Amino acid sequence: MSGSDAAAVELRHVTKRFGSRQVLDDISLAVAAGRSVCILGRSGTGKSVALKHMVGLLRPDAGQVLIEGEDITDMNSRELSRVRRRIGFLFQNAALFDSISVGGNVAFPLQRHTALDRAAIRARVGELLLAVGLAREHDKMPADLSGGMRKRAGLARALALDPAILLVDEPSAGLDPITAGEIDQLLVGLKQRAGTTLVVVTHNIPSARTLADEIVFLHEGRIHARGSPDELDRLPEPLVRAFMRSAGTG
Amino acid sequence: MPTLLLAAAGDWALFAGRAIRDMVRPPYEVHETLRHLFELGCRSVPLIATSGFAVGVVMSMHTRSSLARFGAEALIPAGLGIALVRETGPLTAGLLLSGRIGAGIGAELGAMKVSEQIDALEALAVDSFKFLVVTRVVACVIALPILTSLMNFTGMLGGYAAEHAITGVPLGTYFDQAFSLVQFSDLIPATLKTAVFGFLIATVSSYLGVNTRGGTEGVGLASTRSVVLSSLALIVANVVLVRMIFFFYPA
Repeated sequence: MSGSDAAAVELRHVTKRFGSRQVLDDISLAVAAGRSVCILGRSGTGKSVALKHMVGLLRPDAGQVLIEGEDITDMNSRELSRVRRRIGFLFQNAALFDSISVGGNVAFPLQRHTALDRAAIRARVGELLLAVGLAREHDKMPADLSGGMRKRAGLARALALDPAILLVDEPSAGLDPITAGEIDQLLVGLKQRAGTTLVVVTHNIPSARTLADEIVFLHEGRIHARGSPDELDRLPEPLVRAFMRSAGTG
Repeated sequence: MPTLLLAAAGDWALFAGRAIRDMVRPPYEVHETLRHLFELGCRSVPLIATSGFAVGVVMSMHTRSSLARFGAEALIPAGLGIALVRETGPLTAGLLLSGRIGAGIGAELGAMKVSEQIDALEALAVDSFKFLVVTRVVACVIALPILTSLMNFTGMLGGYAAEHAITGVPLGTYFDQAFSLVQFSDLIPATLKTAVFGFLIATVSSYLGVNTRGGTEGVGLASTRSVVLSSLALIVANVVLVRMIFFFYPA
């Protein structure tokens, strides 16, 4: 898909360098609203860096980043905050605030950005935790949760403001296949029910097959191949073929 | 190496300047600031009160041994009072708090940085600088003068305890004598200068915390450096501030 007005997330010729290392090299990518794109590639190919550009956590050395048509490349922090309220971000290690409870983590964005009263926030937090299967963990501290639970709590927090766009970094990394599958099903359900746009970085091929309308394969900072999972399966390119045939579990 | 140090100092100066600018710009993180005021301020009370008392006892004993040679034991409370209020209280409180608060801020923000919690705040549309740094800076600027006053008070109590044990001097008489030479020009500038100490401790430690690299080892390093550099900054700033106080309030 080319860059269009309908794109929920768009990178235009984005280049990023850390010191002497070129991490992203002229990347262009557009994700239409309601679609899901998985970014695949070997470790260190710039997948997470690309994702962090989409929420303004990193700024490109060259190129543009657009969210629902708004150029966020040079936005100041106040304007960026406004745009970020429409985006949910699930970090690889969930990045829960370890000084507050699971319920407190999920309530945090609601307390900051909505006018809901305490009872309404508590009800909303309860709904979100129920949806991710953590209804009984409300008062636990993040340190008391398993890796899968932390990730689900992170997902509940990312969904608290009903984001139109959800960016997910390695949803199945470090998880057993069953838990990874449960998280994939949560994401699929979200896309189907709410029409949320998904951008998922993963190493996990089964997960990518479940989630992706389109797969973008990054290699050495460039887009090496792209297409639907079936199209990539048929691609004769050796690196993509090796990846798609692996049962990689991240 | 000197270039790197200069670059880091310049970077910190920009960081500190941003903290000052964001302190006065709304929205204000009142709840978070009050939380830090409790965490950094109230929780430091036992350390400051105990240390102040001990310092007062020791200073009183030293003063007695010195003044007794000249038969000037009657000046012990006044000497202790002026020494505590002008320099010993503010500097000791500043150094103690640079250890307690500096290490805490450096380690906490460092851990948040390496576990992506600071990025998570930003992704949740929260200005992490304002939420994490400015709130701590304001809390420290408010807490340091209050804690210094506490140290001065408990120091005098310690001095009284030491003197009472030897001479049986009554509390009222001791405090009358202790404050007999202390003027507002001694008390106010010396106490308020610790607001600058608080600013230095919070900005240096926060700067090192949010720039932490390299996992657990980096967090440890940030914590250690926070204590060392904020103590050093405080001692150097003290020289300048004392000179300024003498300029405005000649002895």
